[in-house]
Order: sequence, then structure tokens, then C-alpha cells
Amino acid sequence: MSLGRGLVAFGFEAAGRVGAARVMGELRGRLVRHLLVARPGGLAGERRGELAAAAVQGVDALESYFARYLPQAVLAVLVPAAILAWVVPIDWPAAAILLVTVPLIPIFMVLIGRLAERSTRARWESLARLSAHLLDVVEGLATLRAFGRAERQAETIADASDAYRRETMATLRVAFLSSLVLELLAMLGVALVAATIGVQLIDGAIGLEAGLTVLILAPELYLPLRNLGAQFHASADGLAAAERIFAVLDEPATVRAPARPVPAPDPADAVVRLEDVSFAHPGRGEAVLDGVALALRPGETVALVGPSGAGKTTLAALLLRLADPERGRVSCGGVDLAAVDPAAWRRRVAWVPQRPTLFAGTVAENVRLAAPGASDAAVEAALRAAEAWDVVAELPDGLATRVGDGGRRLSAGQAQRVALARAFARDAPLVVLDEPTANLDPGTAEVVETAIARLARGRTALWIAHRPALAARADRVVTLEHGRLREIHGGAHGRVRADAREEAER
Amino acid sequence: MSALTGDNAPDGGEGRAGALRRAVAATGDRRPRVALSVLLGTGAIVAAVALLALSGWLISRAAERPPILTLGVAIVGVRFFGIARALLRYLERLVSHDLAFRTLADLRVRWFRALVPLVPGGLPGLRRGEVLSRFVADVDRLQDLYLRALGPPLVALATIVLATAAAAIIHLPAALPLLVMLLAAAVLVPLATRSAARAAGRRQAPARAALTIDLVEIVAGAPELAVAGREGDWIARADGHGADLARLQVRDALAGAVAAGLGTFLAGATAAAVAWATIPAVHAGTLDGTLLATLVLLAMASFEGVQPLGAAAQSLDACADAAERLEAIADRPAPVVDRVDPVPLPPGGALRVEGLRVRFTPAGPWVLDGVDLRLEPGRSVALVGPSGAGKTTLAEALVRFRDPDGGRIALGGVDLRDAAQEEVRAAVRLDGQDSHLFATTLRANVGLARPEAEPEAISAALGRAGLGAWAAGLPDGLETEVGELGARVSGGQRQRIAAARLLLADGRFLIFDEPAAHLDAAGAGALLRELAGTARRTGQGVLVISHVRHGLDAFDEVLVLEGGRIAGGRPGAGRPI
Repeated sequence: MSLGRGLVAFGFEAAGRVGAARVMGELRGRLVRHLLVARPGGLAGERRGELAAAAVQGVDALESYFARYLPQAVLAVLVPAAILAWVVPIDWPAAAILLVTVPLIPIFMVLIGRLAERSTRARWESLARLSAHLLDVVEGLATLRAFGRAERQAETIADASDAYRRETMATLRVAFLSSLVLELLAMLGVALVAATIGVQLIDGAIGLEAGLTVLILAPELYLPLRNLGAQFHASADGLAAAERIFAVLDEPATVRAPARPVPAPDPADAVVRLEDVSFAHPGRGEAVLDGVALALRPGETVALVGPSGAGKTTLAALLLRLADPERGRVSCGGVDLAAVDPAAWRRRVAWVPQRPTLFAGTVAENVRLAAPGASDAAVEAALRAAEAWDVVAELPDGLATRVGDGGRRLSAGQAQRVALARAFARDAPLVVLDEPTANLDPGTAEVVETAIARLARGRTALWIAHRPALAARADRVVTLEHGRLREIHGGAHGRVRADAREEAER
Repeated sequence: MSALTGDNAPDGGEGRAGALRRAVAATGDRRPRVALSVLLGTGAIVAAVALLALSGWLISRAAERPPILTLGVAIVGVRFFGIARALLRYLERLVSHDLAFRTLADLRVRWFRALVPLVPGGLPGLRRGEVLSRFVADVDRLQDLYLRALGPPLVALATIVLATAAAAIIHLPAALPLLVMLLAAAVLVPLATRSAARAAGRRQAPARAALTIDLVEIVAGAPELAVAGREGDWIARADGHGADLARLQVRDALAGAVAAGLGTFLAGATAAAVAWATIPAVHAGTLDGTLLATLVLLAMASFEGVQPLGAAAQSLDACADAAERLEAIADRPAPVVDRVDPVPLPPGGALRVEGLRVRFTPAGPWVLDGVDLRLEPGRSVALVGPSGAGKTTLAEALVRFRDPDGGRIALGGVDLRDAAQEEVRAAVRLDGQDSHLFATTLRANVGLARPEAEPEAISAALGRAGLGAWAAGLPDGLETEVGELGARVSGGQRQRIAAARLLLADGRFLIFDEPAAHLDAAGAGALLRELAGTARRTGQGVLVISHVRHGLDAFDEVLVLEGGRIAGGRPGAGRPI
């Protein structure tokens, strides 16, 4: 019988984990599709690294829910039923006692469990806050030392940890009461059964073997219910972690593919227009773009300038169809892009973001990102055009050097030029480019600028320009401020040019 | 991560055990609480064993149809043990959780203090963000040390001793199989659980790493993948790696499940072995038959004490790994150490850099190779130069985040190496290139060096850093939460807040490292002019390090750092370089 019990324990553990693995895969798959297809514009906020961690570990944390809590919940129903069925023919008075006491446990659990759930959640959240606080001061340690505040901060950490302990213990004293009540209930049930059996044995109503069987079975009846309470505490941690992923999945899609798409227009011979376009990030009231109108004529280069936070990146995202406008429309040759398949439109566009991502792989693979079929010669030509060939030449394995995660770390300027090479390899009629700003020294900035100008030649281009020098190379400069667009003509345009000349002379 | 574990890998077990010992030592004297927690835990299990054993006796005795009164004591005993068990369990959970939180507080402070002298500069070659988040996770992990790793073995040991002793008193021959089986379970269950988990971890690590890379790339690079039309490839990749991982997880789940079933199986086998050792004595009439059920139930119940050892072994492993990684960081030598008898800095004087040479490794190339520089109260100096010229290294040397490898830096004639670091940093203030914005209010961030500063002083500093209008327009004003969890602050605003922080501090010399890197041309020029003007207005000495060349005309002196030395410059204002 013990072998049988061991086998059952094995079976439940195994089945639970297999199920958990399957659910985890499903959830991860949904997250990946959501990020790449439904909301490809990227996540708002700065905690992107955390989401990736949650998608690997947070989903794993669900395992305790699927592999432990859910099976235990099933056991909590099946086992008492099976034991009752077993006990009734042996000793019906004992069965009657069990039948009456067992429902008390779930009732009490619901009553106390609510309390326990709140306190578990509160505990998990305050622990997370405490970890975040330690990470925050550890990340700012150099700053704290520079201002002579490191020792004070150690005291603050001690105080915060102590306050957290007192606060948490206060909730735990109540939360653990649930287990105490459950144990006492189970104990009471077993004691009642034992007394009944005792009386029956003395009366000779049942034999010793039957009495022992019922006595051994009685605690087993309550065990799964009590375990369920314990697993509830464990699984709450996993669920709270996974909520982060559900929160992302709950965000609405920013791009919708039309059911019957029309063919994608070609910006090589058609004007791309933003027509009275407005856009607001959900949850944040103020509109990022507010009635913006802009035309990009074939072959012209437009520089977009404006203070940070003015909505320049959002405007670029709409052109790339990483998001669709809330009001107004983006069109090409008169065709509303909302009627075009997003992927088909994006095939006509090349994009150089401000902080490009290098994907794990070789330099050549990274250049081929947007042009998977490009020949070796085409890759080299693209790198040369992007002024990135000397970067590659310095790398230990040249084009075959691995970059990205686990590979060689390229500087911001080097990564920028590889991203430019991507755009050359793509050879698309429309180019959207976000100029690199910070931490390029003047020499490098000039080289990159030359390559950017070369990329715009013969194509329609929108540049998000941060330095006057680049804006001055454009055919036209427009300013975005507080979500509204202002075209700079003549004088203002001239001022930008003058600034640039001044800068170049310095 | 791997760079850290690699350090101590060769001496394996010894390093792990030693690291654990030192982690225990680091938690202060918690022995009374540990003893109390183990006592309560053992008491709860003893009560559970006694409850079941006594019930067995009660029923066996009842079957002999004695007068009901003779059972009275046993019935009371059963109730007593039942209630005691529940109460002891409740108290034990409270004491052990309280212990865990106290341990956590000790560990946080201990490791934070250990990290202080190493930042910046003491963690070369380690990717800092990753190291620091790992560090925090490891410290948090160690809170399980008593609660889940060290407590259960102590309780198990006490249970084995007490259960065997009780069995020996009732019937000596039954004690031997019980002892043997309990010990076997105490060794086999953790070993099986641990080896299953370890093997699983080893097999799963590469698949997990591959999947992590996919997910990081998708989270960070989704827009680029979508525009490049490659989203399908990355979805397929993540699905593939996810399926690989799931396959391994399912396989390893079977091994884990075997370990889970093992304890239950052993408990039953023990009951059979004890029965087998007892029945002959009952048949021979040397042992009261009612004690057979008592012994068998005692044997089964005592396994409750050894069952948690599987999970404890895993916790212990995790704690040892965490302690080892933390030690690997804390064992690094501090880049700067104070003299035993530091010399006080004189109240005035210039900050002079004379022939300063610095390199990162003993045989490496010189990053700074003979820098001469003079900062005077009331004067402003700008230092420009290409990236990699050693500008930030110079800034760090000026506040004693690192010491010279050649030449010297002196304030009012006193070599900084002879002064206490704290005193140097109170006199020479640095706004570093990666100045951190803490997750607290705007007021606390700006007032970091002067927590008692008036709101007007903080607003004024923000105004001088170019954030006056922005701060005034915030709904909660200076009490607005910024940083990680607070309002979204752009890179440029972050830099201005850090500059305001330094403008508010009362140092004799203010050093700004790249204060305008994220600002546009007009903004950068205005901020740099304001910083230069500060020197004249307050009499503080100001050094601004910048690769941006706007606003340099306002400085008293502009120097160019190139190839590790001052390559040129101009005194006076106005003329182009």
C-alpha cells in the first residue's frame, strides 16, 4: 500500500509539472506574439529588462500554481469523497462525523483564505518594494559615496528592513491563524472519529482491523484540504509575478492588420502624408500628437526637430506602422495605410533607430536583418556605404565576429553604423532615421552624418535631427512642439543653417 | 554572472561551505531564536507523533473492551497532543518567519557595507547592471538560510533521536529498523531531490539561456524586428527554444517526481519493517499487543520530521551558491583605502594635479600619463577631449574614487592620499557621468547632500540647472516622485537634476562630468554658461568635463585632454580653441 501511495505521489507531481510546462509555453508564446505583432512599437517605460526576466522566470513561477496548487485543489475534492466511500460500509457513524466536519474546512478556508490572500499579496508586494529599494541604492552607490551618504543609507536599509519585518509579522500573525484553525478543525474531526470508534470497539460493534483502518484514513481525509491552504501561500508568489505578464497581454493592440488588405503603395513615386493625425498613449491623458499634417514628397529629405518629449518618435512610429493613429490617417499615394497589410507596407521602409539593437549573431547576420537574402558583396557594400567597413576591419573575426548577447560589445557609434548598413542593405524607397546624439565625439559624429546623407540620396527620407548640422543637410526642416507641427520657412530655416555653420567653424 | 561563479569554481565544496559559514556568521547572534524555532518545530512533530501513536494504542486497547474509565487518560492525551501540535506549529511559523526577516535585515546591511568601498572602480570587468541586480537577488535569497535550509535538518535530527528513543523504550528491537530507515530517508530523500534538481538545472541551463536571449531581444528589439519583417523568424525561434525547454522540463519533472514519491514510499516501508520486528515479540507474549499499533503509527508519523529535507537540501544549495557569489564580490580589494591616521585638509587653497598617472592594470597602458592641472576657488575650467581620453578617470581621481599610480593630487598642499576619503568628497564634489536618480521625491534627490535644505534653496538650484519652469509645473512640485517608479524624466532632465544636486551641495570644488551630454545645442550652451558663472558667484572652483563644445566661451580656462595628457588649451575667455 505504501508503494501505491508513493506511486500516486509520483503521478501527481509528474502530471502537474507536465501540465505546468505546457501552460508556460502557451503563455510565453502569447507574450511573444503580443510584443511582435500586436504592439510592435515597443513598451512604454523603462522596465523592459524586467519583463524579459518575468517571461522566463515569472512564467516559471506559475509552476507552483499549476504543478502544486491546482492538483492539490483536485485532490481536496477527490480524496475526501473516496475516503468517505471507503469508510461508510465499514463504520457509518464515523462516516457521518466526517461528512459533517469536512464541509466546515472549506467554509472556514474561504473565510480565512480571503484574509490570507490579501496578506500574502501585501507581503509579496512589500518584499518586492524592499528589493527595489536595495537595488536602487546599490545602483546609485557611486552617487551616494560622492555625496558622503553611503553610511547613512546603510542605516536607512536597516530601518526599512526592520519596519518591513514588524509590518509583515503583524499580518502574518493573522494569516497563519488560518492554518491554526484548519489544524484544530482536522484535529477535532479525528478526535471525534476516534472517540466514536472507541465506543464502538468497546461495544464490540466493529473489529480492531476496521477500527484501525478508519482511524488511519480519518487524518488522510483532512490532509489534502490542509495542504491546499499551505500551497495557496506558495502559489500566490508565482501568481503575483505572472500578473506582470498578464498586464502586458491586457494592453490593447496598437496595429491591426485589415481583413482584406489592398496592395501596398510605393513611396518611390507617391507622396506619403500624415493627415490631421492625433495620437495619445493609453492611460496618459495628454495627446502626444495633436492634429499633425505632413507631406513627404518622393525623393525629398525632411528633418524633424523639436524638444525631447515632443512626439518625434511617435510620429516616426506611425510612418513605420508600429502604431496606427487614433484620429486622422497616414496615407501614401492617397491610399490609407490602415487598409494595407502592415508587413507589406514595412517592406517599403527602412528604419535606423536612435539606439539600435544588435541581435545575437555575426555582424553579417545583423546587416542582413532587414535583407535576409543579401549576398556577401551586398553586405560589404552596405557596410562601406555606412562608413562601417573600418569598424568591421578592426574586429577580430571581421564579418563573422559575433555581437549582441554573449558576443563582442560594440560602442554606441559602432552599433549606429551597423544599423545604418542595415538600412543600406534593405534598399527601401522610404527611410526613417533617428539621429544618434549622446556620446559620439565630434569626429565620429561627422562620419556618421556623411553616411546618413548618403542614405537619403535618391530616397524619401524623414530624419529626426538633434544637431543643427544634420538638419542643415535636409531639404526642409519642420518643428514638432507640444504635439503640433510647425514648418520652418526661409528665415527660421536660415537660422538653423547659420547655427550649423557657426558650429562647423568652431 | 558566470564571471563571478568562475572565480571560486575550482575549490568547489570547501568554498561553498566556507561561504555559507561566513554568511551565518554575518547574521549576528541569532542562536536563541534559532534554538526556539527548532524547539517549537520539534515540539510540533513530537506532538503529531504522540497523537497518532497514542490513538493507535487507544484503539487497540479499546478493542480489548476494558472499562471505559481506564481509557480516560489516553483520551485526554490525544486531545492535548492534537491541540499542542496546532499551537506549536503556529508559534513555530511565527518565530521562524520573524527570524528570517531579522536575518534579511542583517544581510542587507552587511553586504551593502561590503559593496560600498568597491563602487566605483572596484568591480572591473564585470557588467555592472547585471552584477548589481544579481547581488540584490542573492542577498534576498539568503533570507531562506534559517527558515528553509538550516532549520529543517535540526528538526529532523531531533525527531530521529526522540522517535528512536521512544521506540526503544517501548520495544528495543523495533528501534533499530526505525533508526535505520529514518537515517536512510534523511540521506536518500535530500540526495535524490538534490541530484534530480541539479541534473535538471544543468540540462536546462543552455535551453533557458537561449530562450532568455530570444525574449530579451524581442522585448528590446520588437520595433526593429517588425520593421525588418522578421517577427515571424523570432516567434519561431522563441517557440522552438521554449519547446526545447519544455521537453527537458517534462523529462526532469519525472526525476523530481520520483524523489517526491520516495519519502512516502519509505514511510510505508518503515511501518512494515517495524511491524515485522515487533510481531514476534507480540506472538511470544513478551510485548503487549496493544503496543504494536502504537509502534507502527509512531514509525509512520515520525517521517513528518524528515520529509522536508528534500526541499531543505535545494534551499541549502541555492543559499550556498548565493553566498559564494556574494563572497566573490566582497573579497575584491577596495581600490582606495584610508590611512590609519588621516591628515585634516586645510581650510583653503587650490586643488593641484601634478604629473598624474593612472592605469587600470599593473602592466596596462597609461590612461592618464602626466596630467598637470590647477583648480582655484572662484575660477572655472572646462576640460574637453575625445571619448576614451581619460576625462572620467581624472574626475574619479579628483574625488579619490581612485588613487594615482604616479604623480599626486593635493588640496592646499595636502596629498589627497593622506586625507580621509569622506573629507575629500566633502570638499571636492562630483556629479558623475552616470549620476543616479533615486526612486524618491525630487526634493530628496536634489537635497541629497543637504537633506535639511529649504524648499526655496532646492527650487533655486533647479532653476539654475534650467528646470525651474518644469519643476514649478509639476502637480506635486518638489514632492513629485521621480526615478524608477516615479514620473518619467528624460535623459536631459535627469542630467539637470544631477547638476542641481551639485549646485546645492556646499563643496569647495564642483566637478561636473558630461553634464550636457543629453541636451540639445542651445540647452547645453546655457547650462555650461550657468555652471561657469557659479564659480564667480559663489567662489567655488568649477571643473566641467564635456565633449560638447557649446558655452565654453564662458570659462576662465579651456583645456584639452588627449592621449592621457593636457594637449593644449587657452587661458582667458572668448577666443576659439
